[in-house]
Amino acid sequence: MAVNAARKVDSAKARRRKALETAVVYGVLGLLLIIIAAPVIFALIKSTQTSQQVLRYPPMLTFGRNALSNFSAAWSDYGLGRMMLNSGFIAIVGSTGKIVTALFGALAFVYFEFPGKKLWFYFVLLTLMLPMPVIIVPLFNVMAKFGWVNTYYSLTIPYLASATGIFLFQQHFMSIPNSIVDAARMDGVGPVGFLVKILVPMSGNVVGAMVVIQFIYLWNEYLWPLIVISEPTKQVIQVGLKILSGGGAQGVTNWGVVMAGALIVAIPPLAVLLGLHEYFMAGVGLADEK
Amino acid sequence: MIDRKRGDTNMRAKFPGKLLPYLFLLPTIIVCGLFIYYPAAMTFRTSMYQSLFFGARQRFVGLQNFTRLLSSPAYLRSMGITLWFAFLVVVIGLSVSLLVAVLLNRKLLAAKALRVALVWPYALSPAVAGTIWLFLFNPHSGLVNYLLDLIANKKPDWFSQPGLALSMLVVTAIWNNFGYNLVFFLAGLQNIPDSFLEAAEVDGASFWKQLFHVTIPLLSPTIFFLLVININYAFFDTVGMVDVMTRGGPANATNMLIYQLYKDGFQNFNSGLAAAQSLILFVFVVVLTLLQFRTTGRMVHYGG
Repeated sequence: MAVNAARKVDSAKARRRKALETAVVYGVLGLLLIIIAAPVIFALIKSTQTSQQVLRYPPMLTFGRNALSNFSAAWSDYGLGRMMLNSGFIAIVGSTGKIVTALFGALAFVYFEFPGKKLWFYFVLLTLMLPMPVIIVPLFNVMAKFGWVNTYYSLTIPYLASATGIFLFQQHFMSIPNSIVDAARMDGVGPVGFLVKILVPMSGNVVGAMVVIQFIYLWNEYLWPLIVISEPTKQVIQVGLKILSGGGAQGVTNWGVVMAGALIVAIPPLAVLLGLHEYFMAGVGLADEK
Repeated sequence: MIDRKRGDTNMRAKFPGKLLPYLFLLPTIIVCGLFIYYPAAMTFRTSMYQSLFFGARQRFVGLQNFTRLLSSPAYLRSMGITLWFAFLVVVIGLSVSLLVAVLLNRKLLAAKALRVALVWPYALSPAVAGTIWLFLFNPHSGLVNYLLDLIANKKPDWFSQPGLALSMLVVTAIWNNFGYNLVFFLAGLQNIPDSFLEAAEVDGASFWKQLFHVTIPLLSPTIFFLLVININYAFFDTVGMVDVMTRGGPANATNMLIYQLYKDGFQNFNSGLAAAQSLILFVFVVVLTLLQFRTTGRMVHYGG
């Protein structure tokens, strides 16, 4: 009897502990969501206020009515519209190119035997040790020799090899069972047809993850465009942001317009991430259920 | 068509043809060779020259650029600042995201939507994050000083004090990368069988004991992967954030190595000195990468 009673007390304690734990988890979670979102919500509120309202103290934390004028000022007065097109072009061409070269590279490494295969694999892989900042001065000189300074060749072509992509596709191709591959190839499909008709349709997750990773990476590039592009109409949007905010100068900056600009710049990569988040999460290795 | 090569451990069906694979690899090989390996080799050469007259003439100086850098108090200070910044971003960023991941590693309502709600700042560039936080830290009308004023009756000037300027960048960088780290930690935790943690609980291990003796050792591949990603982020990607928020100031207190390289190479046009700095950064990258190869054998590097 006594043991039973003790157990009952124990289980009641355990239940209370569990409930407390759940409350803590959701409490922390709520706080976290607020901390993560607050900066952008603040920016959103400020992007709707006039230049006087933006600077009020204590800060005005309600929406103003100046959104249209702020967003259109950022878009046209500061030329962000044009730079959005530039960045969009570069990110789309660059990420498509990266995915295509990576698919063909992985096809060669997984479905062919050829002399020096291992060597070439390391040739590609070791580029991971050479991020752009490490080679940036001579790379600029190469661009100058090719006459590519101030052109989009310099913002796309040097990016077209992707060790990450080749590695991800290679891992994925190796996980495709031979039986499926054999059956599909019984008809005598050539390597290119095999890639396009069979491998790509079976690689939706990896392609989706690659689109997210590479689009965000290219859209967010800062240092290289800053160096290699000097004509304002050809500049990318990230560098445009610096012009908009005055590079940290306080005082005359119209913060409503700056916040509107920052939000505009954030929309495309956010849209790609939100649209393809399931592929991204799968590519990252997150299953649906715990 | 199908030829199974003997000795291929995967027993993977292969296509015939020796030339075709080279054709498929050709774009990758050309881009790697011309735009990565060739400039990398040139970096060694350039690092031994000094630029005169804003890059108009080059003079061979051997290792002088290196000795000049490594004996320059300003450069060593920049290195110290970069390492301290990276240390703070990595240690605080990873610890907080790991703790949160451990807390969230359970059945939660709307788990999918929740993950998206946590990871999205990863999509914002360091320059966008920097622009938004630039105004949040505005001493007169920003949200940070408003909250500090309410809580502690203080309104510091984040842009004029060295320590404050650096911590401002640390906060922004951690915010920018937090969700990304969290998602990888959650993925890593998913792979730890529940029975491991239950066993530790039955043994009466405290939360911290369980964390340090069970969870962290089992997560070490994820931790090392994120270590490398975050150090890379702190070293290189934050250049946009620095350029937007502080431009290396005040008094060079946030002058990171990569920012110094940019200034020397492309504002002062001293390409030799910049190339020498590139090689010093290269040493950091190599050490990091080897560390990762040795400890995890995983070679994925997202965004490369």
